Amino acid sequence: MALGLSVIFGVVRVVNFAHGEMMTIAMYAATVLFAALGLDPFLCVLPAALAFFLFGYLLQAGLINPFITRPEHSQFMLLVAVAIIMVNALLMVFGPSARNVQVDYQLESFEIGKILVDKARLFAALAAVVTAGLLFSFFRFSLVGKAIRACADNHLGALVVGLDVKHLYALTFGLGSVCVAVAGCAMVLLVDVTPALGPAYTLLAFVIVIVGGLGSMPGALLGGVLIGVSEAMAGLFIAPSAKSMFSFGLLILILLFRPQGLLGKKT
Amino acid sequence: MLIALPLFAGNYALSVVTLILYFAYTGQAWNVMMGFAGQLSLGHSLYVGVGAYAAGGLFFHYGIGPWAGLPLAILLCVALGLVIGFLAFRFGISGVYFALLTIAFAEFTRIGFDHLDWLGGPGGMFLKVAQRDVWDVLNFRGPPLMYYYAMLGLCCFAFLLCFCLLKSKAGYYWQAIRENEEAAQALGINTFRWKMLAVAISSAMTAVSGVFFAFYYNNLFPEQIFHISRSIEIILGPIIGGVGTLFGPILGAAVLTLLSDGITDGLAALGWEIPGIKQVFYGVVLLAVVMFLPNGIWPFIAKKLKL
Repeated sequence: MALGLSVIFGVVRVVNFAHGEMMTIAMYAATVLFAALGLDPFLCVLPAALAFFLFGYLLQAGLINPFITRPEHSQFMLLVAVAIIMVNALLMVFGPSARNVQVDYQLESFEIGKILVDKARLFAALAAVVTAGLLFSFFRFSLVGKAIRACADNHLGALVVGLDVKHLYALTFGLGSVCVAVAGCAMVLLVDVTPALGPAYTLLAFVIVIVGGLGSMPGALLGGVLIGVSEAMAGLFIAPSAKSMFSFGLLILILLFRPQGLLGKKT
Repeated sequence: MLIALPLFAGNYALSVVTLILYFAYTGQAWNVMMGFAGQLSLGHSLYVGVGAYAAGGLFFHYGIGPWAGLPLAILLCVALGLVIGFLAFRFGISGVYFALLTIAFAEFTRIGFDHLDWLGGPGGMFLKVAQRDVWDVLNFRGPPLMYYYAMLGLCCFAFLLCFCLLKSKAGYYWQAIRENEEAAQALGINTFRWKMLAVAISSAMTAVSGVFFAFYYNNLFPEQIFHISRSIEIILGPIIGGVGTLFGPILGAAVLTLLSDGITDGLAALGWEIPGIKQVFYGVVLLAVVMFLPNGIWPFIAKKLKL
């Protein structure tokens, strides 16, 4: 999920404050598909990704593009409003109670040496790695990917060589949303979903992305692993409820001493 | 007119106006930092919370009234603000990164307070509710009317303060920094010092609102008071009303609070009682305002009135 945020910020330079809320929508989509068609959440990834790509594209093309040149607080407001609408639309449709998805392999686990690994968690991690790999190769090798990187590097330059920057921005937002969709479908297996889940995950994604480096894809993965491990350690050695304090502490330190993140480029 | 309002308004209307004034005041405080000096803070709940807990804690544990708690709250918040400002401005953090830094500090403190059992921890801290009909100004306990006048006074004070600030040397320096920090620096303005001053004033003003919050609502939960949604509430008013203007925060707070109440009443009248529908409307209106009035409502009105 953090990958999506990083992609969006890295190119479009808009901080998506509705990120966690979008993931919550994906989680609901997965539960609905599961309940209606009995579709495994990992198979839901395909329709959800497609729908989210369109959704992200339209969101960027319709709402966010006119805001690109406006000051940050204006963009921030826009996305906060979008987030408010999303959370409460979910509340209207699905009600406040938690939902989840149950599949057979949820309770199964692999044994690697002496370590037990949940099947669901392993699949989720695999999905993340595969998405990251696809995304990375897209940006690296395809022509459109290169064009998007050109926009990120130099907005004006991209305009001058005749790239349709707005279209590319929308495309990028769509791709970021795809990451969110994948994350949402995988998360359904790990946690119960409620409408109010969004803001906490938005914050978590921020922490991860900044620690790794805003706009850097390997950074987002590294940040995710780092935050995950350090939260688990803090939960183990200090107190489970204090674990996110540790993350925010880490975030403050990173912001102060290496604001571009661990793997980010200096701007 | 506002002074005479309690004569003909009921308790409900009074509480609504008190809420408007509260948001107008905190918005004004935030505006000093963002609107005047251009430093986007998304962590103002930090100062509300610390101010509230400082004064509330003194009252709760030692029975010391808010008049002693107030200076302590201000002192603590200014110190905190200066620490954050010092770190951020020394290391040259600005824009989105500065905003995220303020969020990080607020969240950090929230979880910290969750583990401070002395101040109630996650279970919250409850101040003793006093008789609602006696004006106990010394302990700031009394009927809603007293809180109303207190807030009205604070708002007038904040408005005058901002007016003077904006016309003072500091105000012009801030605006120069806001528009172009490098140019301001080149002209010999010590941008670091002036930005610190903005943070100090803003955090001190917000601390006062925190004290008010503690004694008005009588209960404090870290989960609520430090939460990012509280920071967002604070900044919605000035952004909707018009960032960097004097009337913007007041107008924005009034519009938003009345809007939210109006939607509740309107939906109740229509008989639509779906949870969440109110916030959806609210979100749509916010969206419309930022889309069509990017500078806020006040500049738009001012232009129409040729002010």
